[in-house]
Amino acid sequence: MSITITRPPMPAQTLRPTQRLRRAARRRRVFGHIGAGIVSAIILLWTFTPIYNMIMVALEPKGDVFTTTLFPARPSVESFWIVLSQGFWYLEFFWHQFGNSVYIATMVTLLVLLIGSLTSFSIGRMRIRNGWLITNAALLTYVIPASFLAIPFYLIMQHYGLNNNPWSVISALVTFATPYAIFIFQEYGRSIPLELDESARIDGASPVQIYLKVYLPLMAPALVAVGTYAMLLAWNEYLYQFLLLSSKQSMTVPVALAQFTNSDVAPWNYMMATAIIYALPPIATYYMFRRKMTAGLTIGGIKG
Amino acid sequence: MSSSATLAEIGRPLVQRRSLWHYWRGGLRGSEFTWAVAFLVPYVVVFLAFVVYPVLYGLWMGSRPGLYVELFSDPIYQMTVANTVIFLVFGVNLKLFLALMLSGFFMRPGCWTKLMLLVYVLPWAIPSLPAFISIHWMLNGDWGLLNNALYEVFGIDGPSWLNSRWLALGSAICSHLWKWTPFWTVILLAGRMSIPQEIYDAAKVDGATGLHSFAHITFPLLGNLYLVLTLLATIFLLGDFNTVFFVTGGGPANTTHLLATLGIRDAYDMGHPELGVAAVMSALPLMIPVVVVLMRKLKNTQVQL
Repeated sequence: MSITITRPPMPAQTLRPTQRLRRAARRRRVFGHIGAGIVSAIILLWTFTPIYNMIMVALEPKGDVFTTTLFPARPSVESFWIVLSQGFWYLEFFWHQFGNSVYIATMVTLLVLLIGSLTSFSIGRMRIRNGWLITNAALLTYVIPASFLAIPFYLIMQHYGLNNNPWSVISALVTFATPYAIFIFQEYGRSIPLELDESARIDGASPVQIYLKVYLPLMAPALVAVGTYAMLLAWNEYLYQFLLLSSKQSMTVPVALAQFTNSDVAPWNYMMATAIIYALPPIATYYMFRRKMTAGLTIGGIKG
Repeated sequence: MSSSATLAEIGRPLVQRRSLWHYWRGGLRGSEFTWAVAFLVPYVVVFLAFVVYPVLYGLWMGSRPGLYVELFSDPIYQMTVANTVIFLVFGVNLKLFLALMLSGFFMRPGCWTKLMLLVYVLPWAIPSLPAFISIHWMLNGDWGLLNNALYEVFGIDGPSWLNSRWLALGSAICSHLWKWTPFWTVILLAGRMSIPQEIYDAAKVDGATGLHSFAHITFPLLGNLYLVLTLLATIFLLGDFNTVFFVTGGGPANTTHLLATLGIRDAYDMGHPELGVAAVMSALPLMIPVVVVLMRKLKNTQVQL
């Protein structure tokens, strides 16, 4: 037996309103396209102006910075070469300082992932009693603005004897990034059935083995999201690096760069070239892991 | 979670040592309990050494009442409070309102919108410092790109953006919007995407147009998220140091400081750390209620988001 559905014949008088509706819909679509075009133009102009400015100044040869043209008269990539070859006195430690930035970002990422995942494993998977206390403590840290703790943090770093040491910056950044990691991991961990851990335990796996062989592989997407977040945070941060790292050997690229905004003879074209080179790694990382990061934002907490 | 743990604790002496059910309900025993505690040690150490200690130290530093007398009588501080309020009111609301509207734009189907989204999130990926020093130079009254463009296109001489308090403060707010609106847009976009399409389809059948479905579907469903984001944005913006520090540098003549930058200025440029801590701590009456509401809301919203 088959069921056939036949459309009832449409009454003649409803055709006109349908046509009118269709025409209205088309008009709305056209207006929609025009509106989208205007919004797109504004977004492009808004987003690209500071970036264009950065590139334009970097392309200006020495001495042409103080001009009033919109495009450099004689564009050259000289500034980039000067930065890469450390050919100017303020850039003499550029690669060393870039290395410091990389070292700090790498250490922060690894430590945030390690500490965050261990904590979430203990609270979320092993269900340690009163784990919610730590979750709440992390939540509270998450909402303290980092810049508000900078002064006491700077002073206690002297107590710890970590002044002018990259580990002081690493510990500060780990402190402020781990709470986010704990949230994301706990929220993401909820989607992994506890029975997996349980069956591994029946097979005689120790907590460490469960953590390494069951938990971490299943958490891979969350680890990527949080890792990207931590890396970008470390690369973005300025205040703690500025306060805690003072010698030319220990400072990072942003600190060295910012020192020159204050000097009278600021070589703006070199500074912009440095800024562009410094901005490339996070842009590449961001676009590589963009989807994972957005997923991370939607799983759990939010952090700017 | 705590109540179930307590229940398991009451039941514990009665059950067998090898009961799985109780093992996973908080009845950790022997080496497993030791491991669970050991896994928590790193974070607890970080929390005690780098959160509890600095917070207590800061509270102790800013505990002398005389500091606040000195602080409140400082005209720069009074201006800073006004700036912070302006920055908060305009920064937070403009940013979130724009983000809400633009997230609607990015919901449009088609690859053009996807491409635009890729471009639009670029400021979020660029570190603050390069972006803000570029904006700082762009706003230079004599050689900046903005005034050059104004002259070339409209034939007018633009003002010295960073030489007047209000223009400088406005520039700082715009720079903040440039850097951070994409981030909030992406979150609100995710929020919008989580609303089932069927609701919109049903409303369309009933004759709802775009504005109606926004007012009666999108906004009520995103309302809670929007509120949480407003509170979070308030706290993040209160702690925003980079924008003002690099775009205006607190100038002209210290008229555009925010509490975060004034604290650092008092502590390092003026060599008075206690006063810097006091400046930052004077934001606590605003922060504590926001944090309390936020902590309650975050717990409920996280799963829904």
